[in-house]
Amino acid sequence: MSLEGQSLRQFDSASKWSGKTVCSKADIQEEVIMKKTVFLGALTVAGLAAGVAAAGTLDDVKARGKLNCGVTTGLVGFAAPDANGEWSGFDVAVCRAVAAAVLGDGNAVEFVPTTGKTRFTALASGEIDMLARNTTWTFSRDVDLKFTFVGVNYYDGQGFMAPKELGVSSAKELDGATVCIQTGTTTELNLADFFRANNISYEPVPIETNSEAQQQYLAGACDVFTTDASGLAATRATFENPGDHILLPEIVSKEPLGPLVRHGDNEWGDAVRWTLNALITAEELGVTSANIADMSASAGNNPEINRLLGTEGNLGEMLGLSADWAKNAIAVSGNYGEIFEKNIGESTPIGLARGLNAQWTDGGLIYSPPFR
Amino acid sequence: MTITTETPQESFRLSMLFNDTRYRALTFQAIALLVLIAAVAFLFSNLMANLEKAGLNISFEFLGAPSGYDINQTLIDYNSQSSNLRAAWVGIINTLLVAFLACITATFFGVTAGVLRLSNNWLVSKLMSFYVEIFRNIPVLIWLIIIYTVITGVLPGARAYLGETPDKELLFGLFAFTNRGVYAPAPIWGDGSGIVVATFIASIIGVFLYRRYATKLLYDTGKLLPTGWPSLAILIVPSILMFYVMGQPIGLDSPDPLANRFNLKGGIQIGAPLLALWFALSIYTGAFIAENVRAGIQAVSKGQTEAAAALGLRPRRVMNLVVLPQALRVIIPPLISQYLNITKNSSLAIAVGYADITATLGGITLNQTGRAIECVILLMLFYLVISLSISSIMNVYNNAMKLKER
Repeated sequence: MSLEGQSLRQFDSASKWSGKTVCSKADIQEEVIMKKTVFLGALTVAGLAAGVAAAGTLDDVKARGKLNCGVTTGLVGFAAPDANGEWSGFDVAVCRAVAAAVLGDGNAVEFVPTTGKTRFTALASGEIDMLARNTTWTFSRDVDLKFTFVGVNYYDGQGFMAPKELGVSSAKELDGATVCIQTGTTTELNLADFFRANNISYEPVPIETNSEAQQQYLAGACDVFTTDASGLAATRATFENPGDHILLPEIVSKEPLGPLVRHGDNEWGDAVRWTLNALITAEELGVTSANIADMSASAGNNPEINRLLGTEGNLGEMLGLSADWAKNAIAVSGNYGEIFEKNIGESTPIGLARGLNAQWTDGGLIYSPPFR
Repeated sequence: MTITTETPQESFRLSMLFNDTRYRALTFQAIALLVLIAAVAFLFSNLMANLEKAGLNISFEFLGAPSGYDINQTLIDYNSQSSNLRAAWVGIINTLLVAFLACITATFFGVTAGVLRLSNNWLVSKLMSFYVEIFRNIPVLIWLIIIYTVITGVLPGARAYLGETPDKELLFGLFAFTNRGVYAPAPIWGDGSGIVVATFIASIIGVFLYRRYATKLLYDTGKLLPTGWPSLAILIVPSILMFYVMGQPIGLDSPDPLANRFNLKGGIQIGAPLLALWFALSIYTGAFIAENVRAGIQAVSKGQTEAAAALGLRPRRVMNLVVLPQALRVIIPPLISQYLNITKNSSLAIAVGYADITATLGGITLNQTGRAIECVILLMLFYLVISLSISSIMNVYNNAMKLKER
């Protein structure tokens, strides 16, 4: 999601100008201050981040025996706890795969729920090791907020949801409609651009959170609800009568969502990046959770599968991981395609088609660099 | 004078700065001031140096850049290509609008509840203390959300009014009450409407003059002229006559249920966020004002009321002519701070999606440009200027009302 795109810029810059004087203070003391005010919290970010970056997250995670993974506070299909408190979802699967690759155990994950506002601070401060929270890869987040996006696990875009009874079939017919938007997000700007480009008018209703927007939309205070198309599908799945609402065909922005880590820790970034690539390559090569045990037992005929699963070469060693790292990652919840189908695919209530997220061999954008 | 010149002046020694009580206080104040200046200077230079190092500088250029977002309630021309400064102005005007409306209604609620709370009628006075205690002791944000939720939940959707055969008819064919706001007809100013408006303004002045005349007559001769119905007649009759003489130049543009498939179009729309914020601020602050009014009335000694009653004044006149004018001296100073509270509390607007200055400049603009320091400085400046202005205007009124001491 494109929430609070810039809100951290000022946190980050705040930490820059005052961080210098705080760095020297004891970390424990800083943690206490952090809870007191946002301002002081922002100051401590720099101090903590500086300490973490030097240490090397990969070694930290191995020493801790647990991966701290930032996820949403609950978006069905992407990351949400079930009745037993067990997290599952599309983003959660990425966390579990990384934990399996690094630690050999897909359950060695501490899930940290983050909101649109807190997610970047949590990552920058070292509270979490990686963030897998449908976060849009943008220039300013990559360059200015100092994060590294390791890849894209879902190509999304901003869409519109409307009640079926309105009889609207295209967003271009929305002239004069009242639109609910989450304020302070890039959706607000995309929306203004779309309506302006099509020379039609609308009335924005700025709303602070997703659940509040959902409530307003269902009460009829707005005709249309707009956010990322995947978010709309997930929100609609929680409605009493999901069939009464349609997603309009227009996608008005690019929202590549992917996991991210802190800037400057390349070993850790590589570990997360190639775990994601391993899931994608596994689908491309036909390695599934069903046949992975057979395939990894001994070297087969396909050298790339052999290299991926560690039966040939020493890719794992280069990453600083065990030889069977990719096998462990894929074994947790299957390859990219399996994860997609299980959590958000067409057989689930969310019912998203692969579309742009099909393998490049099927005309989609999902493409991993070779394992070589 | 002569004594001091004759006393031989003891020569000043440095140690006297600490030992002599005449200088000691000054010395410590000077030291404290120097330390304070040094601390502020250090913080400021630290800020500037680090901002510079980070490649950031304080710059207000973003105010001229296009804002890129739309706002739902704009009293001045605005679209997404307008500048951030324009968006801030839209927010400022929206803040002032809701603050102004809420000050008026809060005063009305407060004075009514405050007077009625002292009523001899048990039920009325208990009802009023119930109102005061309920609204004063629950945070205004909660009231704001409750009221907005009630508006969106209870009132029908806009679509109920739309189409050839709507589920709901417009009230008198003019008004619609939906969960998106209230739609009312807007006047259309035709040729000659200026004369009608001028007549109406003249009538208002006329009413004022008539009432002054009535008061003067009362004081001079003791003759009591009726003020109620003549005022009303002076206010309305000439304007209506002129309206027909000029050939009905002012028309009504009522909300049109057929123009759009989503919303009523035409007329004036008072959005649900404005209504919710206006009502929540009024009813919440009204409870505080009620307490101020009660305190003011109780501060007027009982002897005044009894003396007025002894002169044969009826209870309403006792209140209006004797008690309230004296009570105002006690009421006004705390009233000023309640008005300031309304203005400052209006910054909760974003909770219901009302585009005030905090939502535009301090919300979306800040988020999209990342210019936090500049936006917050401007916000602080705005609220400071507004609060001081309200305060000074009310102080003028307070000076006019206070006991004239000679």
